[in-house]
Amino acid sequence: MSATLPAAVRVWGLGGAGVATLLLVVELVPRLGIVDARYLPPTSQILGALAERLGRAELWTALGQTLTTWFTGLAIALVAGVALGVVIGSVPWLRAVTASTIEFLRPVPSVALIPVAILLYGTGMASTLLLVVYASFWQVLVQVLSGVQDVDPVASDTARSYRFSPLTRIRTLVWPTTLPYAMTGLRLAASVALILTVTGELLIGTPGIGRLLGVAQSSGAVASMYAYVVVAGLLGVAVNLVARALERRTLFWHPSVRGEAVA
Amino acid sequence: MSGTGGTGRMSGTGGTGGVRDRVHAAEARTGARTGLGRVLRSVLLVVGLPAVLLTAWWVLTDGSTSYFNPPLRTIVGTFGETWFGSPFAESRFVQDVVPSVLRLLAGYGIALVVGVVLGVAIGSSRALRAYAEPVLEFFRAVPPPVMVPILMLFLGIGTSMKIVVIATGCLWPILLNTVEGVRGLDPVLRDTARAYRLGRAATVRHLVLRGASPQIVTGARQALSIGIILMVISEMFAAKDGLGFSIVQFQRSFAIPEMWSGVILLGVVGVLLSLVFRAVTNATLSWYLGYRQSQHGGA
Repeated sequence: MSATLPAAVRVWGLGGAGVATLLLVVELVPRLGIVDARYLPPTSQILGALAERLGRAELWTALGQTLTTWFTGLAIALVAGVALGVVIGSVPWLRAVTASTIEFLRPVPSVALIPVAILLYGTGMASTLLLVVYASFWQVLVQVLSGVQDVDPVASDTARSYRFSPLTRIRTLVWPTTLPYAMTGLRLAASVALILTVTGELLIGTPGIGRLLGVAQSSGAVASMYAYVVVAGLLGVAVNLVARALERRTLFWHPSVRGEAVA
Repeated sequence: MSGTGGTGRMSGTGGTGGVRDRVHAAEARTGARTGLGRVLRSVLLVVGLPAVLLTAWWVLTDGSTSYFNPPLRTIVGTFGETWFGSPFAESRFVQDVVPSVLRLLAGYGIALVVGVVLGVAIGSSRALRAYAEPVLEFFRAVPPPVMVPILMLFLGIGTSMKIVVIATGCLWPILLNTVEGVRGLDPVLRDTARAYRLGRAATVRHLVLRGASPQIVTGARQALSIGIILMVISEMFAAKDGLGFSIVQFQRSFAIPEMWSGVILLGVVGVLLSLVFRAVTNATLSWYLGYRQSQHGGA
């Protein structure tokens, strides 16, 4: 936006050339026999399979299911993470008591819960949701906790000497400081949530893009497999773009975003 | 109040690091304590809640007859026998856990080397960055587990498939963070290096790698948790051995206490790896942590 037009055109042109190179390489490598076309079909076949899938309701239904699981899980994790983070972060003794437990539970890989989820909830959406919520919750919580801790001590003391009520304190002091951290947490959680949504669909069999990919794999439809990988990748790109745009819009007042716009 | 915090920080900069001086500051606020009381208090803070939670789990499930929620007593009872059965060389720990972790380390190591090397190359050239960025963003956005079926086509279900799966999943966060770190290097430092005619190798080593290392570590941390996920997932698809394979096998054969013991073991592996990671980064980034702290203290 702020860059001069020719530079922007140049960046876009180079980026487009990069994408074109990738498409060309994937087209040529199997055609020249460098890689077996049964393992890697040329671009044209992948895109053909994709175009054909795009015309079917099946893909769109699956996309909707994946997005529903992803969004529900992310929303639960976000609300829980922000609420608990603000409460735990604002109360020093609570923070001290929970620190070791959080540090222990956070690195526990969420996929460890797959067998437990299957036993508890079968193959439905709840199984995958359990994984998604567990994985993305920690991302949000940890960020919010460090955000709450980052409150300027002078501002905090000022708020206290003016006898701000706890609610006012949170609204005018803690929240503006925490918001950038929470947005970072949201951005990280959004992509982690997508990873686990697809994982759950692939391994547990919850309906969605991941399950379609699993079905394509077991029926040996290689071009379709690649088509679904492309769909999953584009979904990931969309998630990243939306998360970044949201971050920029919510934090338009924050120096980090303002500085970026100027530079 | 802020004065107290300030002095706490100042005295901390000469010491070991952030945690300790935060504790100092907190204690300066709550008032002085005797040495023994202080130690006892911090031990209690660390152990307290986990002990309460474990006790609650133990007590609440003790009389449990639920098939899916066996008593913690039973899980703990099967733990040793399941994973460390005799002879030790044939126990599941040696046969399954060690291969899993080795595959993780191999894949992670490959991703680290490739990611940093490519990241430095791409980050140093503006044109190359513009050229590669959209493609890299796409590959980063592909959820890594969907690569498992694709890579199974090429590599079958052996060890190499799992290592490649882990490496390809871990690569993108490391690569893109390295690119960001190299891009964000202080231009003054860059010019200084040029003015002193630092050689190419010296520039990369002292300026580029060092300057980008906080970002590289951030990427490496994200990659580690993805790597653990992929270690488990690659074994859940198809495998002959491994921690993830064992857990799924227990689940499918309805050996529920054994399955729970596997889930706990996997959690412990995750925690241990993150502790090792933290120790390594604290050692390599001590200059940066100290620098940031002095910046904070000065502000």
